[in-house]
Amino acid sequence: MGHTLAEQILAAHAGLEEVHPGQFVEVAVDLVLSNDITAPLAIREFEKLGTTRVFDPARVVIVADHFTPNKDIPAAEQCRVMREFARRHGLPYYFDVGCMGIEHVLLPEQGLVGPGDVVVGADSHTCTYGALGAFATGMGSTDIAVAMATGRIWMRVPETIRIIYHGALQPWVGGKDLILHTIGQIGVDGARYQALEFSGSTVDALDMAGRFTMANMAIEAGAKAGLFAVDGVTRAYVDARARRPYRVYRADADAVYDRVIEIDAGRIEPQVAFPHLPENARPVRQAGDVPIDQAVIGSCTNGRLEDLRLAAGVLRGRRVHPHVRCIVIPGSQQVYLEALREGLVETFIAAGAAVSTPTCGPCLGGHMGVLAAGERAVSTTNRNFRGRMGHPESMVYLAGPAVAAASAVAGRLAHPEDI
Amino acid sequence: MAIRGRVWKYGDHVDTDAIIPARYLSLVTPAELARHCLEGLDPAFASTVRPGDILVVGDNFGCGSSREHAPVAIQGAGVGAVVARSFARIFYRNAINIGLPILECPAAVDDAETGHELEINLAAGRIHNRTTGRTHRAEPYPPFMLEIIQAGGLIPYTRQRIENRQT
Repeated sequence: MGHTLAEQILAAHAGLEEVHPGQFVEVAVDLVLSNDITAPLAIREFEKLGTTRVFDPARVVIVADHFTPNKDIPAAEQCRVMREFARRHGLPYYFDVGCMGIEHVLLPEQGLVGPGDVVVGADSHTCTYGALGAFATGMGSTDIAVAMATGRIWMRVPETIRIIYHGALQPWVGGKDLILHTIGQIGVDGARYQALEFSGSTVDALDMAGRFTMANMAIEAGAKAGLFAVDGVTRAYVDARARRPYRVYRADADAVYDRVIEIDAGRIEPQVAFPHLPENARPVRQAGDVPIDQAVIGSCTNGRLEDLRLAAGVLRGRRVHPHVRCIVIPGSQQVYLEALREGLVETFIAAGAAVSTPTCGPCLGGHMGVLAAGERAVSTTNRNFRGRMGHPESMVYLAGPAVAAASAVAGRLAHPEDI
Repeated sequence: MAIRGRVWKYGDHVDTDAIIPARYLSLVTPAELARHCLEGLDPAFASTVRPGDILVVGDNFGCGSSREHAPVAIQGAGVGAVVARSFARIFYRNAINIGLPILECPAAVDDAETGHELEINLAAGRIHNRTTGRTHRAEPYPPFMLEIIQAGGLIPYTRQRIENRQT
């Protein structure tokens, strides 16, 4: 009986011939991640363990990205705790303001994650690295403290749901639309405790940016991980960056899946997810008349160069609607620099958008774009829970970069062809 | 260990932004976080919850962010246990790791309303609703997880293992 991609990776890291869904295993981790919100708590727990060293300084990554550049005094104090820990333990991959990026854009870009890795991060969107054929999953600070100390972590082997996408995508449809549509189909707990395996001709044709976007939102269906098979697209991306050798695992042809879902991707139109759950997805043309106050383009979901190109393509030669604040946030310093070189930043500014240094800021209502009561935002981020971006009575509509940019121009939710 | 308290009942998909909004994530102590517990869902909760009270919730409780501040805030507020139809997985791990008692039991959830009195025997996984008089049995913990719970959480469990390795 064959095994899924998730089972193959976990078996290898547990030192076992094979593992089965439901089995508890202890696995070696290749990389442990935390950020300025979760690291301080993890450090406090780490210090209770009675050990003085992290298991491998080159495999403990900390990124200052959520409330940075420091939004207030408590955030500054949190960052200091994290910075001092990084210096004390000689962590070569500690990323502070000026060299940082939004963690899940930054780590793949810096070649710190590769196919076949097991990555645990104190951030729920750690599942993003599944796009590279890694088993990557989010955990809390205590789990991360233990992983930093021991290089090992316990896991329950998840069942896998295979999703097969068929067909060529319509214009303006990308990874964000595919994953919003999928979450709309299976629900926000449709894959709870399980792994998703994305496959089919549609995703084979998708670039890495689109795959990162899809894997990023696996957690929004409750999944533990969302994985893609490694192919030429993955290798081209990884071989240009990898700092460590990697190993490619493949699902067996006779792998046993909890279920298989087939999606006719050729019929999917640009999507928008209505408040207050990512599963409230529908075609943007069926949104009705929804005026917006703010558009956010960026985040670990859609802050890559390809995303900014899409948004700039819509905004070029147009103006952001006078009632809309449009905030563009490149996902890393490198993305920012390339966007600058390509003229994208100039396009954004000429269109009346604000361009920010990389930060998670507005996505979680931290800073750089917090909403007032009754305000509506269209956002390329990943969550639209009540109060996610600010006041409990504000509303977030999730969409891809093209729809967000078109909506910024129209002043209301809009399809890029309708502006 | 017996836990006895009043029920606060909420619905499905209570997310971690509702349990502790991100604007409070610069706070660190359980007491500080507790003052904003469930603020995104029920602003009256934090000021009126009494030690030992029990959260009874629907499916997918704790979905969203990995922030451990969520179970820490609930624990800091003095909540004795959380009984759910089901939990989101990161929240489930976090609660076990920090020693917040959690039980999965759809029948007990369906049977309970806000204001009811529950009595929980954690070791036996028994939930008795003193108001309706009915008793329910929760999903048993896997043996591996029971070891972590019995050690008092993941940190004491791991410390023990590190010490054993050194001696």
